[in-house]
Amino acid sequence: MDEQKLNNTFEPNIAAFVCQWCTYTGADLAGTSRLKYEPNVRVLRLPCTGRIDFSFIIKAFENGTDGVLISGCHPNDCHYNAGNFHARRRFAILRKLLEFVGIDPRRIQFSWVSAAEGAKWRDVVNSVTEEIRNLGPLNEYKEIIKESFPFRNIEKENTIGHR
Amino acid sequence: MSTPNQIAKEILQNGKAAVVVGYCEGTIPGRTQTHFAKTPEQAEKFIFSKSCVNNLAIYLTKQYKLPKPIGIFLKPCDIKTVVSLIQEKQIKRDDVFVIGLTCEGVYKGKDELAGKCKTCTSHNPKDYDIIIGEPVEEPATDPAMKFARLKTIESMPIEQRRNFWMKEFDKCIRCYACRQACPLCYCEQCIVDKTQPRWIESSAHPVGNLGWHLIRAFHLAGRCIGCGECERACHQNIPLGLLNMKMTKEIFEEFEYMAGVDAEAKPPLTDYKMEDDESFIR
Repeated sequence: MDEQKLNNTFEPNIAAFVCQWCTYTGADLAGTSRLKYEPNVRVLRLPCTGRIDFSFIIKAFENGTDGVLISGCHPNDCHYNAGNFHARRRFAILRKLLEFVGIDPRRIQFSWVSAAEGAKWRDVVNSVTEEIRNLGPLNEYKEIIKESFPFRNIEKENTIGHR
Repeated sequence: MSTPNQIAKEILQNGKAAVVVGYCEGTIPGRTQTHFAKTPEQAEKFIFSKSCVNNLAIYLTKQYKLPKPIGIFLKPCDIKTVVSLIQEKQIKRDDVFVIGLTCEGVYKGKDELAGKCKTCTSHNPKDYDIIIGEPVEEPATDPAMKFARLKTIESMPIEQRRNFWMKEFDKCIRCYACRQACPLCYCEQCIVDKTQPRWIESSAHPVGNLGWHLIRAFHLAGRCIGCGECERACHQNIPLGLLNMKMTKEIFEEFEYMAGVDAEAKPPLTDYKMEDDESFIR
């Protein structure tokens, strides 16, 4: 945070919705393997990518995240057999809807990361963070948050290292 | 040729329906309203004219608690709603007695053709128990024309499109007329009415409005049959139909599925294929 304040550079907040059987374990592996990756990601564990409701993503944006990363098991690897297949269809449509109302679809990223792919998780997080850092803050949403909740200090709430 | 009131009378007398839902003359000349008849005397009032624009299929949903079987006057486009309701197990086919109406378009105002009718390709009802009117010739409407309304918005740059929608959503006062008018929004508790947790802000501010319209479009994705009731009910004139039409278009292009065609088909978002597109996934 101090570095960010000194250099006055933008650090994105990214919410990562991950499935507990693959990506969460993969992220755990990255940790136990002592792989270092960008600290901008907040990992939120869910039972399956099929559990991820559209309202979670809206809620994340409403709370000032600049990007959302959704990650789960590879096709045919789902613990519940078909959860990620259902999720895949939903996300394909979701991207189109957000694009239609004028939210950059690059703000939502998807990946398949298995429990054995700690290194892939690192690469995914690094590249997603880099891409969203280049896109800049999600001002579209931040403007309307300010307008809707005049007493909320969204910048302070979401600075990296604040919580 | 028999008239709507004669047919309704006959159905009530034969006991084929406990109640008949149809159109009757409204209080304003040239407009119609919904009429319910339980006795043959009440059935006297039924009419069908160019101003019968509303979709009566909403009265088949649980919240209206009509006695079954329900006799109902339906235009070809409204029959699609019944197909969707049967598909989603909201009603049994045996509980509905469909009185199909041939329709060559209905009027929105006094003499302006409703938007959905301009690109309509079904003038003759398909799945009905009894039909009123002679079969009419189907129009040669280009199927691609169905989504023509989207083109102006899709061609905008993303920034402009955002401004357009923000301006539209800003008008919203969250009266939920769009939800109440929608025959497929039949949830007993809507997600916006939930308070613990509160997923969608219920205040009429930009964040709440954007959230509501996104979630409404997404919950109707692959289910909306395009009756246009939401847009008609919206007194703030928000082009809500565009959002639903976009979803319909994407689902049609990605999964080759159209809602309201086959009651046996699996809804696209509860189904999957191994070879679905995953080019956007890392």
